[in-house]
Amino acid sequence: MTLALHEIVLAPPGENWLFAPLTLEVAPGQIVSVMGPSGLGKSTLIDFVGGHLAPGFRHRGQVTLSGQDLLGIPAEARRVGVLFQDAALFPHLSVAGNLAFGLSPEVMGRSARRAAISEALQRAGLAGFEARDPATLSGGQRARVALMRTLLAQPRVLLLDEPFSRLDAALRDDLRGFVFDHVRAQGIPVLMVTHDPGDAQAAGGRMIALEPFA
Amino acid sequence: MMRTIVLSLVALFVLAPTLAGLWETLRAAVGVLPALGYRQPSVEPWRMLAGLPGVWTSVRLTLTTGFAATILSLGLASGLAALIWARWGLRAGGRLLAPLLAVPHAALAIGLAFLIAPSGWIARLLSPGLTGWQTPPDWATVQDPAGGALILGLVLKETAFLTLVMLAALGQLPVNRHLAAARALGWGTAQAWALVIWPQLYPMIRLPVLVVLSYSLSVVDVALILGPGTPPTLAVAMLRWFSSPDLSMMLPASAAALALAGIVLVSVMAWIGVEKVLRLIARRALGFGPRLTGGRWVSAGFGVAGLGLVLIVIGAGLAVLVWSFSFRWGFPDALPTQFTLSGWQSGAGWSALGQTLLVGVPATAISLGLAALWLEAEDRRAKGPFAIEILIYLPLLVPQVAFLFGLNVVALRHGMSGGLIAVIWAHAIFVLPYAMIALAGPWRRLDPELLRAGAALGAGPWRRFFTLKLPLLLRPLLVAAAVGLSVSVAQYLPTLFLGAGRVATLTTEAVALASGADRRLTAVHAILQMLVPMAGFALAAAIPGVIYHNRRGMRGGGAA
Repeated sequence: MTLALHEIVLAPPGENWLFAPLTLEVAPGQIVSVMGPSGLGKSTLIDFVGGHLAPGFRHRGQVTLSGQDLLGIPAEARRVGVLFQDAALFPHLSVAGNLAFGLSPEVMGRSARRAAISEALQRAGLAGFEARDPATLSGGQRARVALMRTLLAQPRVLLLDEPFSRLDAALRDDLRGFVFDHVRAQGIPVLMVTHDPGDAQAAGGRMIALEPFA
Repeated sequence: MMRTIVLSLVALFVLAPTLAGLWETLRAAVGVLPALGYRQPSVEPWRMLAGLPGVWTSVRLTLTTGFAATILSLGLASGLAALIWARWGLRAGGRLLAPLLAVPHAALAIGLAFLIAPSGWIARLLSPGLTGWQTPPDWATVQDPAGGALILGLVLKETAFLTLVMLAALGQLPVNRHLAAARALGWGTAQAWALVIWPQLYPMIRLPVLVVLSYSLSVVDVALILGPGTPPTLAVAMLRWFSSPDLSMMLPASAAALALAGIVLVSVMAWIGVEKVLRLIARRALGFGPRLTGGRWVSAGFGVAGLGLVLIVIGAGLAVLVWSFSFRWGFPDALPTQFTLSGWQSGAGWSALGQTLLVGVPATAISLGLAALWLEAEDRRAKGPFAIEILIYLPLLVPQVAFLFGLNVVALRHGMSGGLIAVIWAHAIFVLPYAMIALAGPWRRLDPELLRAGAALGAGPWRRFFTLKLPLLLRPLLVAAAVGLSVSVAQYLPTLFLGAGRVATLTTEAVALASGADRRLTAVHAILQMLVPMAGFALAAAIPGVIYHNRRGMRGGGAA
């Protein structure tokens, strides 16, 4: 399962192309970091690959997973997990409810699902947090729950959209280790966009600079 | 696919009846009413209309009361919005005014009548001490020939409405910065409001102002209670002709309905024209850089006027409350000498309440469902909002009288008139636009990141609709439902026309009772009519707190 982007360019409605054509490949187990200053369309790139681009955006180029075209598939069928900047936990569900929302339907039976959720919380160092209100979690706890929610959906690809930018410096190091250890263990291609060189260094993979459109 | 279904539902449900109603009214206005044997187009309806006694006075009354109510409400609201903004802030001001908005027009009109009638509470409180009256004076303080009471009744409600709209608009303007800039240039606060803030504010509230104008020109229920009787305003006269035992009166009545629609249209255009002229003059005058003083007196004046309005509303509410329990209340006594529960024990009010809910709840549910589906279809469309959304609001822009009669002709033809279904349908036509107004903003502001997260976790459009959007939007959905219910409860003409007199809701009963002598029973109906919307809003405020008591992220105004 290799994620391949070929000659991608994107443009917001009525505007010019955001960045120079981008081509890259991410092999299973690899973390590739796309770097660039803000405003160059890093989040737009993540939305594009995940299938979440708002209506009206123009695009060119191909995105494939092991040769299969991804762009024609709706977001919910792509099985491309996304870790959003601010975790995007559903405020109306409990922590367990959030994890259950992501948990793959292949895990069947009430007790099996409950076990999968509590095991995920344990791995995140949040054992017993099932009934908690997500709004009462700290930033780092929220990010951990969001990662677990994403992984429980058993994605074929993982996208990270500046996942550490909202955390303070001390927490950032700790969380980087947690996230990268977990995603590497999945053995799937991981694509991260960030403006922070520290993120890319911690990821330890290839770095690609996003260039402005000439 | 879904788009087609939703669009056809709305077209079938709202558009077709509105247009069919307009068409039938139009046909009758040119003399074609096959049911009564009139098949040839003619100018007869208009000849008959022009020859009816008092018709020109009715037209004049319609114009004077409609414009007076709109201008007064706009003026008062402008001052009050500035005062409330400065003293309490936007949120507190909204909380202060919102309950008033939920009170149906007819209930407030009844309360006002009980307060200011010659035998009303004010006269009783002042007599005989200050006035020396032992019997009610022979004054026309209600249903006065000039329409003063009608204007006051409309001003009470519309001032609250426009003030609330203005407060919402002020939240989007850099008021403090501009006030500071103007004052630094030597302008007083009141002058700065009038000359710097107001010109920016007005374009934002123009549509609501035109809605108030259109409403005030064509209002029926308030005019029946407070307005002059001989001759009445054109809308009331038209209703009388429609319900005349002489069926040929249908023809001039239809002509009058069309004429009223024309009057509303011309008035709106005239209003916009005057706006343009005033803008030119104001721009000239501003060029001289006038510095006016006396702003303190202006704001004091608005303060007094606002306090007066609030006192009248409270007095009106108390008046119906006291009267609903009164048994023996001789004229100059300030309070009843004997009280009774008989008004509340009689079945009349409660059965009208039952009918009101039987119509209002399904009408609200249908409208809310349609509004949610419409917005969902919009979400699934690549190109954003539908251009034809304006069609949903058509029933608000066209005066009710212009198509309700025709709509009833259609209903009669299909054997639906006089039934609950027809009334529910007619209500839903008017509830849907308000449900959309209440729901569209929060729906479109819903954090798209949450929906993207849902999709990334494998949730398809329907699962996102049911497990994310609806629960996240619980509060605005309930508010929209409360708004819808309050709109339905207040409907008078649709109930009357489509119900053919057989569906007796609180509003139709209250208006009918208001012209009679039984003040106790009238009061009971008016109070129940106020309580239904208030109960709706109270539930809408309380339910999310119960369901999401353990979800801090779901508190506050909107979702997320």
